[in-house]
Amino acid sequence: MIKVENLDVVYGSKGKTNHVVRGVSFSVDRGETLGIVGESGCGKSTVLRSLAGLEGGWTGSIMFEGKPVGKSRTRDELKLAQMVFQDPYGSLHPRHRIGTALAEPIRSMGAGDGWSRVADALTQVGLPAHFASRFPHELSGGQRQRVAIARALILSPPILLLDEPTSALDVSIQAEVLNLLADQREERNLTLILVSHDLSVISHMCDRVLVMQNGVFVDELSKQDLQAGVTHASYSRELFEASFF
Amino acid sequence: MPDPDETPVLSVRDLNVRFGRNSIPAVSNVSFDVGRERIGIVGESGSGKSTTGRAIMRLLPQRAGVTAERMDFLGSPLLEKTERQMGDLRGKDIALIMQDPRYSLNPVLTIGKQVAEAAKLHLGVHGKEALARARDMLVRVRINDPDRVLSLYPHQISGGMGQRVMIAMMLLARPKLVIADEPTSALDVSVRRDVLVLLDELVRENNSGLVLISHDIRMVAAFCERIMVMYSGRVVETLTKLEDATHPYTRGLIAAMPDPKNPVRRLKVLDRKSIEAEINS
Repeated sequence: MIKVENLDVVYGSKGKTNHVVRGVSFSVDRGETLGIVGESGCGKSTVLRSLAGLEGGWTGSIMFEGKPVGKSRTRDELKLAQMVFQDPYGSLHPRHRIGTALAEPIRSMGAGDGWSRVADALTQVGLPAHFASRFPHELSGGQRQRVAIARALILSPPILLLDEPTSALDVSIQAEVLNLLADQREERNLTLILVSHDLSVISHMCDRVLVMQNGVFVDELSKQDLQAGVTHASYSRELFEASFF
Repeated sequence: MPDPDETPVLSVRDLNVRFGRNSIPAVSNVSFDVGRERIGIVGESGSGKSTTGRAIMRLLPQRAGVTAERMDFLGSPLLEKTERQMGDLRGKDIALIMQDPRYSLNPVLTIGKQVAEAAKLHLGVHGKEALARARDMLVRVRINDPDRVLSLYPHQISGGMGQRVMIAMMLLARPKLVIADEPTSALDVSVRRDVLVLLDELVRENNSGLVLISHDIRMVAAFCERIMVMYSGRVVETLTKLEDATHPYTRGLIAAMPDPKNPVRRLKVLDRKSIEAEINS
């Protein structure tokens, strides 16, 4: 479904460059959930942003459904992968009503005004349809994250990219959002990439986990490894011990 | 005269906080004692845990109505103190460590100036002496090259180091009570533990009381002797071990956390109706 080869991201220009992602390669099967875990600054979000088409300066190759995608994407390529961001307060326009925010992807893809699909999109993520006329500040953090998920799903993308989708939420609300994502994954056979620093969230959601440090993957863990607490690199051992004490 | 080690550092009875004319109190009838021990307050956002911490420091805005039958710090009532007397207490005897060092450190002053300022204010030392105290304290919080760090600005250091600097600044005057409000939630998992261990160590060394406020019930359970669980402004349960939890809210919170050792397909979510019913019964 997703195949990435030798992805390299360098920020800055001559003399003062910052090599953020150093030639990483990985692939994700259809319906699989891949987790990427690491500390802040390790490059995990940059990998995700490159996949989403938000990052312009990458080299290497990215393939969705067997077809390579470039740095600037066509509408059809953009429809393949949608992203959910960390902070539900920052990712929704404060002066757009929820309905406007949800219809926007459809409008910008040139597929009509999108209003007819807003109500369905809201009920799918467990929110009442009349929320369409509310503003983001009239919603709680968990409800806002549901709206962000609804917005990502409204184009029915086969791939969902999640950048720390629950780290701004309370554990009780986190459980609701993770359940919603698990349900949608099952219903739509979604392929997910989940980036997080929280190993317990990652191991709950993912079939396979890549551990990232300084722009490279240092370890790969299967679901069985995570349950048994098996690691293959000293860095992932450290992360493990710090997460579950 | 009672042994000073026996009297609680802080004793709170029926603390109530109400904002403006809001009919729902933010904190209602909260009572607890803090001895020379570590006590944790956990709950979701909006449960009143931070408001409780700020009420103790008397840092809430004017429009907040704070009442308590008793709120004694080392035997003297905090609510009767003047703003000036509180100013003397804050930082010296009661310290507050906040969540994010990027916001609680002054961005335009060097680390050295800020930590030395704490020494000037609370220890009455000046100039070189204050700077030397600041340097000693940075060594105590395990900063390896204190001389370099003293001359840096907050944006030049990492979050973990920033929080160490905050701890150094706050514990320099050896306060009797330390209130730590989410001290590690802005930090990476890999440094969280170090910061907590360090805080714990210094608090034990000074023989002070620690109130650790957090939403992370597992972390609090690992560090504190007692855990107070708050929900909608009330203390619903006080625990010594997580396993003893009986209240549906506490059990719900624990069940909502993903546990890699016991994988489940769906996580349990809180049944708020039954929790409300339980609390109001």
